[in-house]
This record gives sequence, C-alpha cells and structure tokens, in this order.
Amino acid sequence: MNTGGEVAVLGAGMHPWGKWGRNFVEYGLAAARDALKDAGLAWTDIDYVAGADTIRNGYPGFIAGATFAQALGWSGARVSSCYAACASGAQAMSTARAQILAGLVDVALVVGADAAPKGFFAPVGGDRPDDPDWLRFRVLGATNPVYFALYARRRMATYGATRDDFTAVKIKNARHGRHNPYARYRKEVTAADVAGSPVVADPLRLLDICATSDGGAAVVLSSVEYARRRGHRAPVRIGAIATATPTFPNTALELPNFATDSSVAVDPPERPFRAANAAAAYEEAGLGPEDLSLAEVYDLSTALELDWYEDIGLCKPGEAEGLLRDGVTALGGRIPVNPSGGLACFGEAIPAQAIAQVCELTWQLRGQAGKRQVEGARAGIAVNQGLFGHGSAIIART
Amino acid sequence: MAQNRPGDEPATAKAGPGPVSVVDGWFTVDPPRLTGTRCTACGTVYFPPQTLTCRNPACDGDELVTTPLSDRGRIWSYADARYRPPPPYVSGEDFEPYAIAAVELAAERIVVLGQVVRGVGIDDLAVGMEVELVVEELDPGHLVWKWRPVSEEGE
Repeated sequence: MNTGGEVAVLGAGMHPWGKWGRNFVEYGLAAARDALKDAGLAWTDIDYVAGADTIRNGYPGFIAGATFAQALGWSGARVSSCYAACASGAQAMSTARAQILAGLVDVALVVGADAAPKGFFAPVGGDRPDDPDWLRFRVLGATNPVYFALYARRRMATYGATRDDFTAVKIKNARHGRHNPYARYRKEVTAADVAGSPVVADPLRLLDICATSDGGAAVVLSSVEYARRRGHRAPVRIGAIATATPTFPNTALELPNFATDSSVAVDPPERPFRAANAAAAYEEAGLGPEDLSLAEVYDLSTALELDWYEDIGLCKPGEAEGLLRDGVTALGGRIPVNPSGGLACFGEAIPAQAIAQVCELTWQLRGQAGKRQVEGARAGIAVNQGLFGHGSAIIART
Repeated sequence: MAQNRPGDEPATAKAGPGPVSVVDGWFTVDPPRLTGTRCTACGTVYFPPQTLTCRNPACDGDELVTTPLSDRGRIWSYADARYRPPPPYVSGEDFEPYAIAAVELAAERIVVLGQVVRGVGIDDLAVGMEVELVVEELDPGHLVWKWRPVSEEGE
C-alpha cells in the first residue's frame, strides 16, 4: 500500500455551534466561505467539493456536496457526498485527499453541516423493523446515552474509574472550551454543576453527555505542490486519515447493536476497533503517540474520553484516570486532550464534527488558537467513532 | 422462593388475542430463550439471528442453523434510562425508568443487551452478577426478553 503522500490544509472555517434553528445549508456555507478566505482562494479555484451528509434534513442533506456547491454557485467543480454516521466528515476528507493524492485534482473543499433535533437522537422515521437503529429503540428503548452509560459503568468496574473522574473530564473540557469562539458552551463548569444535573442514564448525568447541536465546518485541502504555488510556504499537512472498519469478531458492544460478535470460533483481534484505527493512522503518518502535541477525541461522554486515552496509546489500558488526575491531558500538561473543548463544549453536529476536529488541529499547529493554544504544537491526532462500524483517526503536523 | 418475583407475570401467550412478541423470531416465550443462529462450518453464533451468511471472514460457511442461546449469563455492564426514549419506543402516560443490562453468555462468548425486569433497578445490579432470561411485557400487547438476577438461594 502506498502510504506516502501528504495533503496540505490551506484553510479552515467554522460556523459557531449552537441551537440556531436555521437551515443546515447556511452553516455549511458560512464555514466554507471562511475556509476559502483563510486559504486565500476563491470558490471558483476549487476543483472538487466533498460534502458530508446529514440524514435529518431531507434530500439536500443526502447530497450535501451538491447542495453546498449549488449554494456557493455552480462552478463546474467535481463533487461527492458521503454518509458514514459520526465519521462522515472524516470520510469526506478522505475522499478529497484520495482525489488529490491520485493527481486528479489540485485543491478540494470539504464541508459538513447539520441542524439537529432537540433531545435524544431518534431513528429515521417510519416503520422499519429491518433497521437495527429503529429496532434498538423499539425493542430495548436503548438511546445513545444508554450505550455511553454501559461503557462508563464497565470502566468503573474494570479500572476503578469514579464519578469524580467523569466530572473532572467535564471540568477540564469546559475550561478549554471557554476560550473557543465556535463552541456552544463557553463557561466554566463546577463539580456542583455536574452533580446537580439530572441523571440521564446512570452513572451518567446530563453534563456528562454531549448535546446535539447545529453547526458547520469546512477545510480546504490541496496537494503540497499546489500549496507552494499559491504561496503557502509551510502549511499544516495531513499525514494520515484512517477509516478502517472493525475486525471480526468485534467484541465491543457498539451502537446500535443488540449484541457483540461472538468470539466462540475466532479470538478477538489484538487491537479493538478504535485502537486499530489509531494504530493505522500512526503507521500511515510514520509517527507515534509519543510524538503528539495534542489530541482531539470524540467525547460523546466524559467517560468515553478516558477510553480514548488508551485507544490512541497515550497510556496503557486502565491508566487513563491517572493521566487525567495528574493533569497530563489538560492545557499546560504534556498532551492536552480536547483543547477545543471537545464535544462537551460543542455538542455534536454529526457531519461537521470530524471536520471541526481538523479545524482545531490546524489552528493549534499554526499557533492561532489564542488562549487555548498548546505551546509549540507540532503534531496532533483527531479521532472519531460512529454507528455501524464507522470511525476515523487523522494525523496532522506542521 | 420463586413466586411473585419481578418478571414472573405474563409468562406465556394464551390462545386467542394476547400479547405477541415485539420482534419475530428472536426469542421463544416458553421456554424463555433467545434464538440465535450458528454457522455449521465454524461454529460462530449470531444474535440477533443471522441468516444470510456467516460473517467470519475466514469462513465460507453459508448454512446457519437456529440455536437457542444460554439462558443464564453474567452482567458485563448495566445502566438505566431515566427519560422517555423517542418513538418507536412505546411508553404510556406514566413513564417508568428501566434498567438495561449487557450480559455475557460464556458458552457463546457473546454479550447481549436486554432490559432488566420491572422492579429491579440499578441499585440491585452489579457487574459480574448472574442473571437469567425471562419474557415480560414490554408495552401493552407486546412481549420481549429481559434479564433477571438469579436469586441467591437458587430455584
């Protein structure tokens, strides 16, 4: 497999996360324009548009690439749209990167945006008893937070994680996110705030669980050669985008499944799903966790952030609480995790989220992250996991 | 002492109109057992029952036979739902929180989710606790499998 080849991040742009109640196209358009401006390019310079789909906003959401291309003004650019649950944005970036590395296009715009419903994510409507996502609501009443709570309890039982640890993750991320103008929640959170929030799915409380948000994010990617031609002397480069599927038997209990794979005939893989994607990205980029300056991880819950520390190799299984308690993953620590504030401060705008993670990596690696800047940031990883065996790990560096 | 414990009530569907399984072919009511499938070539077990082909990438098997799963296992993890889930979950005027357990079946080396019987909450559960499968009402007219802690003193 050809693992050589980096692409440049020429521009990053976002529409602030929130609950704005407007059409998702508006958020994507704003993010795209900001990314183009940041890149110093005109929309008509773009060869290729990759859209990350939203399934909750009708037909325009299913063909997000074309939707954003039309909103920006038909320009003849080539187009793609993709859906991969929470990894949609990562797959859109992967598609754009492949086009660039194949030499088919020089420069691409990747856009994702969503307008989310209030409350729990629900399955797509209709009576669809052949859809596991529909069935888990019908048969089990298992919302996303129930799964997050199952993982959290398992972590408590296996590694001795405590309620205080989960609260400490929230406090840390809130401290990071208060300096992020694109975050939805920008104020400090106290232990009393967490304790005072209602239990949604024991052991998790409302403030442990990421909200559902409106938002939009975009990046402009190009070949390194094109970047040079346009005067970008030392652009942030993406060295890896891993979007591997799980390996059978997948013994992790994943949304929206009713059960794990059985490992009665085949032993579980050496690396579970999330760790496998991170390992693939490290191999592709030719660096390891010890080379990272920061990480953006998909903290769907406070407890899940701790699982990620281990999955991306910051520590061995069972040691994440120690890193957290020692301040290693806070701004000022050895490897700050979620300096953006993470999903804790953003809430999830599904197709935009993985792109937003790369926006944060870009700003951090350029030294443009203001009060949440990680000193001397040289390399970062952004990781993500979604329903139905989707996940990603992306590595960017200076 | 096995009487009047949670989960005992609607054990079987009577003749004529009565509660029916919320999902076809995933469990039997009498005896209460989950229905899986097993690949005749490699032995991998599937729940929910997989019928298309074996999903073990190293196996060419495409004959999957129905097999009842173990009716006892140990809790891998558990949680509860304090808020009414969105449709298609059916809940009446008075929403009652319920617990959900992920249960490891040793023989099948699989973890299967299920609601925990009514009247048993998270304070009654622990990781590693032995539970057994029962069938209970999910909503009026519909039955589903649930997990119930095995009583200390045995049956």
